[in-house]
Amino acid sequence: MIVAERKPFEEVRAMVKDFKKVLTVGCGTCVAVCLAGGEKEVGVLNSELKIARRMEGSPIQTGGVTVERQCDMEFLEELDGIVDEYDAIISMACGAGIQFIAERFPDIPVFPGVDTSFIGVNREVGWYEEKCRACGTCVLGMTAGICPVTMCAKGLFNGPCGGTNKGSCEINSDQPCAWHRIHERLAKQNRLQNILDICPPNDWRNQTPRTIVQPGYKDRLAAFGIK
Amino acid sequence: MKSGSNLEKILRAGHFAFTGELGPPRGTNVAVVREKAKHLVGMVDAVNITDNQTAMVRMSSWAASLIAIEEGLEPNYQMVCRDRNRLAMQADILGASALGIRNMLCLSGDHQQFGDHPQAKGVFDIDSTQLIGMVKKMRDESKFLGGADIDEPPKIFIGGAANPFAEPHEWRVHRLAKKVRAGVDFVQTQCIYNMERMRQWVKESVDMGLTEKVYILAGVTPMKSVGMARYMQLKVPGMDVPNAIIKRLQGVDKKKVADEGIKIACEQIEEFKEMKGVAGVHLMPIEWEHKVPEIAERAKVLPRPVV
Ligand code: SF4
Ligand code: SF4
Repeated sequence: MIVAERKPFEEVRAMVKDFKKVLTVGCGTCVAVCLAGGEKEVGVLNSELKIARRMEGSPIQTGGVTVERQCDMEFLEELDGIVDEYDAIISMACGAGIQFIAERFPDIPVFPGVDTSFIGVNREVGWYEEKCRACGTCVLGMTAGICPVTMCAKGLFNGPCGGTNKGSCEINSDQPCAWHRIHERLAKQNRLQNILDICPPNDWRNQTPRTIVQPGYKDRLAAFGIK
Repeated sequence: MKSGSNLEKILRAGHFAFTGELGPPRGTNVAVVREKAKHLVGMVDAVNITDNQTAMVRMSSWAASLIAIEEGLEPNYQMVCRDRNRLAMQADILGASALGIRNMLCLSGDHQQFGDHPQAKGVFDIDSTQLIGMVKKMRDESKFLGGADIDEPPKIFIGGAANPFAEPHEWRVHRLAKKVRAGVDFVQTQCIYNMERMRQWVKESVDMGLTEKVYILAGVTPMKSVGMARYMQLKVPGMDVPNAIIKRLQGVDKKKVADEGIKIACEQIEEFKEMKGVAGVHLMPIEWEHKVPEIAERAKVLPRPVV
């Protein structure tokens, strides 16, 4: 899932300081699971804003809605009748959801309520770990299911580097060395040959905005004039 | 001859090579480079010019390399993958070769988090093994990494780093093998203190036939103090300092510790001269350039051969 963190309150407060009616939109998917931008966080942010602005002597009116997924236009429809009553929107979805809201309502200022951090996993409630940088050329098959782009601090493809330290990464003794683990797991699976071969320079495919059209949908989208 | 560098000639002629190191200044202070260089002329076959070492901004390695050439030294131009993408690297390699730089050391680089710009975006477009392969392709096939032809290829003797001590130990020789396959001509090792482990790694390299394809220069850094030894043991990732070294330094009179450090280094160098598979020594006296003549003298590596 996509993992985000709530933005520091002072930052949000400064962004909406000139607005009197603000709609906070939560997202019920990834950011709700990682406790950053779901229904509950929408409520908390709105209360904080109201209290802060009341103390300032410039009260604010807030509204809260949480949609199923902000990265899906279908679910944004339900906001259509509502947003006109507000002069700004705070979206608590990931960066993709925020942009989709801004695209659907281009006349209203949209502000991020979270800092979108990474694609990761849920280790425990409240504990998330980055796992993938969406490089577009997945090498997990070679590396025993451990991502060298994300988990190695230098994103090496032919690791480990000389800084590997008794199983830890040179950047921090609490951070496992990804390549140490890759070696360990491949050795156990008898697949060391994978990394005895040189891995050639990566074909970075995340350097321009990407679009994917699944093969089965090409014709259908072409009918709408989308390539 | 792949590059015609002095280092390459010395090694090919079968002489025991002796290289040094020079860190560029944190500013435009050319006098400092010249001063450091003076101590090294005639003492070493080539001198490594570090590239933003420990991720601290310094005068660029190629520029300091040119100053070294003016001072009569042969540079070993270091390049790290942290600060440049493949375009900038290839451009710098062409420029360096055009201006007379003949040796290069291809490194991943210390992580930017350690330096004075921890907020920097680390590039790591390619890694050190891939960099070695790229230089080889440029030199031997006269092609850029992207495949286009080069108008006059660079002439570079290609170096890399090797760490015999990092774990898993059994992987270390394979990593060297990978660099050899990528096209490395020589490697310089991490500073060696654990001789037992070094002997083992060199033996594995000999047994695998690697030392017929790559020159191994053993890294030696004399300990200046007990504090330095302790720091290296505990704080420097990938460094292996046995307690025996610390005990030995502690065992001598306080004023004699630095001398004892040099003594240990000289004993190591004597052993490397005899060790099958080791082609030379890379001396890295950290901020101790002025001691190089004394160390070279005591290690009996002078005069340097002329080929
Ligand atoms: S290799 Fe690329 S796609 Fe695969 S997990 Fe790593 S970053 Fe993600
Ligand atoms: S120590 Fe391991 S994880 Fe850290 S940068 Fe080096 S190879 Fe990557």
